[in-house]
Amino acid sequence: MIEVRDLKKSFGAQKVLDGVNFRIEQGDSVVIIGRSGCGKSVLLKHLIGLIRPDSGEVIIDDEHLNTLDERRLLEVRRKFGMLFQSAALFDSLNVAENISFVLRRERSLSEKEIAERVEEVLEMVELPGTQKKKPSELSGGMRKRVGLARAIIYKPEILLYDEPTTGLDPVVSDSIDQLIIRVREQLKITTVVVTHDTRSMRRVGQRILMMVSGKIYAAGPPEEIFSSQDPVVHRFVNGISDPKEMTL
Amino acid sequence: MLFVRRFNNGLLTLGEMAILLFEAAGSLFRRRLNFGDVVYQLYHIGVKSQSVVLITGAFTGMVLAAQTYLQFHKVRMDTATMAVVSVSMLSQLGPVLTGLMVAGRVGASIAAELGTMKVTEQIDALRTLATHPVDYLVLPRLVAGTIALPLLTSEAIAIGIGAGYYTTTSLLGVDPAYTWEWVLKYTVPNHLYGGLTKATFFGTAIALIACYKGLHCGEGAEGVGRATTEAVVIASITILISNFFLTLFVGRIFEP
Repeated sequence: MIEVRDLKKSFGAQKVLDGVNFRIEQGDSVVIIGRSGCGKSVLLKHLIGLIRPDSGEVIIDDEHLNTLDERRLLEVRRKFGMLFQSAALFDSLNVAENISFVLRRERSLSEKEIAERVEEVLEMVELPGTQKKKPSELSGGMRKRVGLARAIIYKPEILLYDEPTTGLDPVVSDSIDQLIIRVREQLKITTVVVTHDTRSMRRVGQRILMMVSGKIYAAGPPEEIFSSQDPVVHRFVNGISDPKEMTL
Repeated sequence: MLFVRRFNNGLLTLGEMAILLFEAAGSLFRRRLNFGDVVYQLYHIGVKSQSVVLITGAFTGMVLAAQTYLQFHKVRMDTATMAVVSVSMLSQLGPVLTGLMVAGRVGASIAAELGTMKVTEQIDALRTLATHPVDYLVLPRLVAGTIALPLLTSEAIAIGIGAGYYTTTSLLGVDPAYTWEWVLKYTVPNHLYGGLTKATFFGTAIALIACYKGLHCGEGAEGVGRATTEAVVIASITILISNFFLTLFVGRIFEP
């Protein structure tokens, strides 16, 4: 269970989060939407304790993240997997080494068992046989798949996706969406996706939270959000710019 | 006002570096050091720096021998040339020049690598994979730097004295037996111990400063560039300034 209470964060004079409140139950699939720069990614990083809030609370299964130091946070983060916007693969390691990073650090499995687990997750993300490739040899979509394989190999309880389809062509975006749904259903994982891709949010989300100016502006199932008559929500989901914002 | 702000920033940086060192010591104490990571860093910091350190050591020894000979020859003290070279290489030039060369080569490389990892979210990715950046990135580099510098310094000293000896005896025609006699008379083991103590300190300082600058680098390519430059400049200045205080300090411990 993830609970966020009155979360506030500023960078210098810029207020990014201004009192965010929500709760995500175990097994939920939630999509956080909003315009670029509205604080979605910052919010996501608060959920896993990568950024500390100025005030407010993030509670993961009764653990208050703000009260934990970095070493204790590492323990809580074992529950999480995260796919970064840029995939954030380690350049110096090949695909297999990237994916097996956590397993190798824990030293609890043999080389053979690690290789089997790597093969298994690579099958799952439809990239079999790419173990020896370096991240620089992969396309954007492949990098995201490897990033996802790295995040699911240790079977986390919660998966966070930061803009999983940004920068990808529509076909690859579709395959990533399918992958998110398949991983969620196969592993029964709580899923939180940050995106501004409307096609993606409609498919992946069972519940949508829309952020405007550092706050949750609207929340509800996809059909409710997409049929909303609220002008801000309507303009966002239909991709209509506000004439007042247009400058010559 | 600007001076006060810079002074405060300087104090803040020193404090944060001390915390990073403390964190690394804690990590070492918790046995988070991976032997394989240290060997990998020893190869990058130590083995790959050998050529540049050996060339620096050799030519410094030769130049110092030639210049000292030119001065000593006027007062007919030719055979004492190598005694000066030996003591200088062991206690000052060996550790300082090795430190400066490694600060340039390794300091830049560590700061650029960690800085790039930071701006491409790889350090955040490490944290999400339940790995502390200090355990995986800082500690192996600190340990490898601390081990590699005394070894590289020993090599620089050895080749510097060897090259100086060759220059003095073969090229400048000074008597080898008397030259060696003076070297042994004026060089004592404490010169070597002092030099290696300094080198150990420089190795830790270079790795710590470069790791700190990499982990705290600004956004984008400009941030990485600035972090790299600052790492080299600060490490080099730290070596030169601390060398003065270390000379006084180790001079008391290892009295020649």
